[in-house]
Amino acid sequence: MERKLIRLNVNDQEYEIYINPKTLLVEAIRDHLGLTGTKRGCDTVSCGACTVILGGMAVKACSVLAVQADGMKILTAEGLEKNGKLHPIQKAFLDEGAFQCGFCTSGMLMSATAFLNETKKPTEQQIRDGIEGNICRCTGYNSIVRAIDAVAKGKYTEAKS
Amino acid sequence: MISDFTYLKPGSVKEALQMLAQHQDECKIICGGQSLLIILRQGLVTPENVIDIKGLDKLNYITYDAKGGLKMGATTTHRAIEKSKVIKEKYPVLVEMEEKLASIQVRNWGTIGGNLAHADAAGDPAPVLTAMGGSVKLGSASGERTIPLDGFYTDLFETAMNKDEMILEVQVPPRPARSATKYQKFNLLESDQGIVAVAATVTLKADGSCQSARIVLGNAAATTMRAKEAEKVLIGSKLSDAVFEKAGAAAAAECEPVADIHASEDYRRHLVRILTKRMAKAAWEQAKISG
Repeated sequence: MERKLIRLNVNDQEYEIYINPKTLLVEAIRDHLGLTGTKRGCDTVSCGACTVILGGMAVKACSVLAVQADGMKILTAEGLEKNGKLHPIQKAFLDEGAFQCGFCTSGMLMSATAFLNETKKPTEQQIRDGIEGNICRCTGYNSIVRAIDAVAKGKYTEAKS
Repeated sequence: MISDFTYLKPGSVKEALQMLAQHQDECKIICGGQSLLIILRQGLVTPENVIDIKGLDKLNYITYDAKGGLKMGATTTHRAIEKSKVIKEKYPVLVEMEEKLASIQVRNWGTIGGNLAHADAAGDPAPVLTAMGGSVKLGSASGERTIPLDGFYTDLFETAMNKDEMILEVQVPPRPARSATKYQKFNLLESDQGIVAVAATVTLKADGSCQSARIVLGNAAATTMRAKEAEKVLIGSKLSDAVFEKAGAAAAAECEPVADIHASEDYRRHLVRILTKRMAKAAWEQAKISG
């Protein structure tokens, strides 16, 4: 079996791992690096639980080959917190109670983060479109939308610094 | 479970085409992989070699000029098309189509070349690009050729590409005066594939009658298909609701839908009739006000 050396920068930490080229990015992150914040849900590009930010863009890690991420920067849910301080989007999710079972949460956080990086002053519809690729099977969408809206409106700006 | 494969990463288009010439039957090309990884996982394809062209930035471009029209490199992502200012200005229907193609994550990584090569009859870009008279430029180690998307799809998940060829570029001619294209898919979730989809282009003569028309159906046959009988109804006519109704009936009669978990054959025909009528009318209304 072929083994390939790849380099990943995950949450500002450099990793070098040997993988079978068929390894999916979600497998590299969870099974090789032990970062289990990224969830494996449907495995068919549908649910969005495995969303990470790759090279600045939200992608579904169940549907990207890890070799294709060689040399790239990856942000996962674990990387949102900085120096013991929660990221604004994490604070907002807590304040709004934007989880029920919590399985979709890390993917939602990553889609929300990518969306907020790309979109200034979003409308509610834009927020809903921004998380179109993430399914919350508890259907707790309203509180998630409220949390993203609160961050977009600058409610957590101070917490950022 | 994905079967083991040898991973090949060409450093140039030329190298990719050489690898393709060498492996032909024993390889698959991966770009974004948003479709390929699903069928790899299902074990529907078990290539010995996977050639990764995602990193070929030479094929990642969008250009437009009034004479040659739109050219998009094969590795251009859906998201780049969705966000392109020139496409929004010149071919707004492409942007509208992309905004409803799967999800943001898929559009960020998936590519136009990969989508078209995957040849899923339920894919969104093929009907729209075919309705606009689009073509694909194919490359192989022995040369290049450009063929229209109309005729590119030969059967279920089959294309007219030879085993040593891959898509290099997608081309769309400049939009003629008094011409417009509209697209709609019918689905339950906005970002799903269409249960059926219809793209319609209507081009008008100066006197307002229909000079040319294209009706292209998605997921209403084994391949993306042109509804040529419906087109005949439109071409040369003074367009009216009665004509659109007749075109819808023609498309419903000539399509070849297959029943599945989402819809019966009859229901698909019904949807084709309604969407053809609506899209032809919508294209007509847009064409009337398009310079």
